[in-house]
Formats: sequence, C-alpha cells, structure tokens
Amino acid sequence: MAERTAQTESEDRVPGMEAVYEHPRTLNKVVTHYCPGCTHGIGQRLVAEALDELGLRERTILVASVGCSVFVYNYFDVDAVQAAHGRAPAMATGIKRLEPDRIVLTYQGDGDMASIGLAEVVHAAVRGEKITTIFINNAIYGMTGGQMAPTSLPKQQTTSSPFGRDVRLTGNPLRMSELLAGLDGSAYIVRRSLHDARNVLKAKKAVLTALKVQMHGLGFSMVELLSSCPTNWGLSPEESLKWIENEMIPYFPLGDYKVADEVAAL
Amino acid sequence: MTKELLKGNVAIAEAALRAGLEAYFGYPITPQTELLEHLSRRMIELGRVFLQAESEIAAIHMVYGAACTGARVMTSSSSPGFSLMQEGLSYMAGAEIPCVIVDVMRGGPGLGNILPSQSDYFQVTRSAGHGDFRPIVLAPASVQEAIDFTGLAFDLAEKYRHMVILAADGLIGQMMEPAELPAMRAVRRGERPAWATTGAMGRARNIISSIYMQAEEEEGYNLKIQKRLRQIAQAEQRCAEHMTEGAVLLVVGYGTAGRVAYTAVEAARKAGMKVGLLRPQTLWPFPERRLSELADNVEGCLVVEMNAGQMVDDVRLAIGGQIPVSFYGRMGGVVPMPEDVLTTIETEYRRLAQAVPSNRWTKEALC
Repeated sequence: MAERTAQTESEDRVPGMEAVYEHPRTLNKVVTHYCPGCTHGIGQRLVAEALDELGLRERTILVASVGCSVFVYNYFDVDAVQAAHGRAPAMATGIKRLEPDRIVLTYQGDGDMASIGLAEVVHAAVRGEKITTIFINNAIYGMTGGQMAPTSLPKQQTTSSPFGRDVRLTGNPLRMSELLAGLDGSAYIVRRSLHDARNVLKAKKAVLTALKVQMHGLGFSMVELLSSCPTNWGLSPEESLKWIENEMIPYFPLGDYKVADEVAAL
Repeated sequence: MTKELLKGNVAIAEAALRAGLEAYFGYPITPQTELLEHLSRRMIELGRVFLQAESEIAAIHMVYGAACTGARVMTSSSSPGFSLMQEGLSYMAGAEIPCVIVDVMRGGPGLGNILPSQSDYFQVTRSAGHGDFRPIVLAPASVQEAIDFTGLAFDLAEKYRHMVILAADGLIGQMMEPAELPAMRAVRRGERPAWATTGAMGRARNIISSIYMQAEEEEGYNLKIQKRLRQIAQAEQRCAEHMTEGAVLLVVGYGTAGRVAYTAVEAARKAGMKVGLLRPQTLWPFPERRLSELADNVEGCLVVEMNAGQMVDDVRLAIGGQIPVSFYGRMGGVVPMPEDVLTTIETEYRRLAQAVPSNRWTKEALC
C-alpha cells in the first residue's frame, strides 16, 4: 500500500480554470483497501472535507477501530491511534480529557460499536464526552467475511446466520441512534445514508454539524451512516445501494434523533 | 519531610500524584479502592484528570488513549479487574506506550475473595496480555517501598516506553505504617514526547498502532521489543538481602511473604541456623543474577509465597538445578505466620544437613 501525503494545492490545477472539486487536503492520496462499491470511501471523504472546511486537520486526533475501519489511520493526514475492538470511545475519552482543545473523532462500524463496544459508546455518551463518532452501519461484519451483526436485518442471510437471522434466537437489530439519543449527555445524534447523492450531501452537513458540536464543547455527537457492503451482502454495488434504500432505511429510519437546544442554535 | 501514618493504597495514590501524575482512570474493586477514592479528591483539587470508568476494560483503554498524548497516566485494580485489563496492556505493549498499573492482589481464582494474596505472579510476569512481552513488575514489601516504587515506576515506564506494574498484595494496600512521602514533582504539562498524538500541528502526523500486517514486519517489531526487554532484564534487576553472608539455606520471598520470611529468618539465626533472605523487588526482571551468585554458596533454597508456588519457577530457572529448591505457601488469602515459616526452615535445614554433610553446618542448631 504505497502512501503519499496529500499536497496543499492541487497538482493538476489548470491556469485560468477555477477548481470546483478537489482532493481533500486531509485525505491521503492512497489506494484504500475497501472492496469495489463499498461506501466507506464516501463516508471518509465527507469527514475529510468537513475537517478541511473547518480548518481542523492539525488539531484532530482520529481513533481507528477494528473491522473494515481498522486502517482509516492510513487514509487521513491527521494524528491517529488504533483502538482495540469496541474500545475507541474509551480511548477517545482518554485523549480528549488530556487534550480538551483538540478534536477527537472515532470511526467505527456496527460490529465494533453496537456489539463488543456497546458499553464504551453508551458510557461515553452518558458522560457527554466531547467527542464525535462516525458510525458506519452496514448491517454485517465486513472484515471477518460477512457474519451477523447486531444491526443485521431480520431474515438477513450471513455466514453465521445461513438460514437468515432468526429474531426468536438472536433478537432484533439494534438501533444505535435511537438508543444513544435517549441519553442526556448526547448533544447531536442523527442517522443519514450514503446510498445516493442527495443523501450524501445531507450526510456531509451532519458531519459538519457534529464537528461544530464538538468545537463548541456541547457534548457527545454521533453521525450514523447507512453504508453498503456489496461483497458480503452478495449483491452488485448498484443493487447494494437499492438494498440500503429498500431494506435498511425502513428498519433504520433516517432523521435527527437528538438535537440539543444549544446545537439547534449553532 | 517527616514520617506519617499512611495506608498503603493512599500512600501509592499520593506518591503517584507527587510523581507528576496527570490522569487517573479506574474502577472500584477491593482491596485497592482507597487508591481510587484518594485520587478522586486530590486530582480534582489539583486540576488534573480523574475519571471513574464504566469497567476495568474501559479504564485501561482510557489510559491507553491518555498515554498516547504523552502524559503520565495510571490505573489501579485488583486481580479480577487486572484480568480484564489484559487486552489494553497487550495493545500498549504493541504500540510502545508507557503507563503504570497498580495491582493490589487478592485471593483467587474466580471472584475469590478480598484477602491478601500473591496469586497474580504468573499474570503480572507472564500473561499480562497476548503476544510476546513482559511488563516491568515492582513488588513492594512495605508502605515506604510502595511509595518509593511508585515514583520509580513512572521513571522506568518513560525511560523504556513500556508498562510498569506495581504488584502489591492486599496487605500492603490495606495496612498502615509510618512512611515518608516525597516532595511534589512538577507536572510536565505542555512537554510532550515526539511520538505523542496531540494533533499534527506544523509537523508530519503521528500514528500509534499495534498492527503490522506483514509477517516480517511484525517479527521485526517483536525483535525490537525483545531487544529492549533484554536491556531491561540486564539493567533493572532489583532485590534486597538480609543475613545472606555465610548462609547455608537461602529463603526467597517477596512482598508480604518476604516480610514474614524476614521475621522467620531472624528467629532462625537467633536459634543458630545459618539462614539468609533474598527478597526480590522486581518480579520481572527477576533478580536471577544475584540469586545465581548466592546459589553458589548455599546448600538449599526455600521459597515462601502467598500462592501455590508461582515465583518458585523463576527461582528454579535462576538456580538451574545447582541446589534443591523447596516451597512453602498459603493460598486463598491466608497470610503465613512467621512461626509457620520458621518451622519449615527448621525442617528444611535438618533435611539439608542430612542430605549434604558439610562442616559448614552448625550442628548445635540441629539438635
């Protein structure tokens, strides 16, 4: 995986032409390890753009998690640490308490956050930790090859629920945004989707707001992003985007689950 | 400074903050809770970071995060809680992050009990987490030593970019003794090591990770860590001795067991037996160099522990079969009495005298 740090100015700028779309400064120019059609890359780009726009790159400490998001530290040109499975919010807590004027971000998937790391994220939110969590929900364990996640849909076939998720045996999918929104320490909890351009733009605005919540020290912020996993869903990239829209969104409705008064006033 | 009557747990907490502790993360568990309670007041008074975590797992990962900023950070726990921290310790070993962990050991396995024990010897010296590493382990035998080792622990952790465990048994944590606290050292706020992740302001980014995807890379990292561990093993062996001059039986014990053995050795000497004590102060690196030297001049060795016999393995490794090594231990939170150890010394002394006839024995003591 060759790595090249992004340059401050676009290398390909043409004289007399205005740049309207550029590689984000915060995003390293490297090939990612994500599968074709995976929307992780879009989520990452949104975060990088938001950090650029708010001028936060040099002040940010990114906490990578375990799962497909494990290598995010390779992709962002920011200081980064790599947490154990599920423990990113605890690690982010430690960093933020020592460096309160820095921006501390966790980037976690559904297995990492909603299963093994549930206690850590809930208590980080309970304490109102001034950190921001980007939660990639693709309803499956991607990195280990497609096992059932806490967010897998009823009847969803995975490599560990080969007959489809039987909710009588495994319970129903966990809705993280709804759960965390019920906690007083949460300042901004929203769910967005990455399945089409309109929703991607909405997701970008949410990431910007979440970062502003942290800049103003208003409490815990999380943006849940419904994301695709064509490889492990066994669908084409295009079918995967439709699956988000038709199968995931009905179970995980998009919307703002917690917007504290101070956040609304931003 | 003057001596004051201090409880072990409180003394460790106060010594840590006087050593420049910037952040503490912990979870209540007996018999170490006074340590957390003391810091919950003092750290806030001093404007430093104190946070009671939701679990020992969260506590150690908060420590990991905070230590990544280059700050002096500590947590404390007791045996079952320490078990939960192994995940974070392994990650820190894999990322060369210094920190200090206090383990006030209690009876086990399982929930066990809250009574003094040394049942974590294997856990702290051999299995503090998955992967090839050993923490530096300091074992105090008094409140004063607990204070002194706390300051030393931070210095060693930062010197070697490695974790240091202060392994105190429940008695050291719970008892009160006159001891002297050190002067307050300044917190080095703002001074951060070059590897710290504090935001890539005007410099290339720093990454702290324990991942090496290529086998050769991972092996390379392991070789680097092993080289450092060898340096530590060479430079940091520590032990105390009592009456080892001319001894024919050497008693080896650490922490509270070492203290009980001290009393028993004194009594044995009064009774005319040539007995000495070696008390390891570092459990890793184990003071094998000194023990090996002493083994050249004694006829036998008796190991005393508050467990089923864990350090005795290291004693046997250091002695390498030169002389017989016997063991006396109590488990489950039972603290051996000096009389019990003395009785064992007498038995061993007599047995050795019969097995190894030598003009070095004081015959009268055997009658």
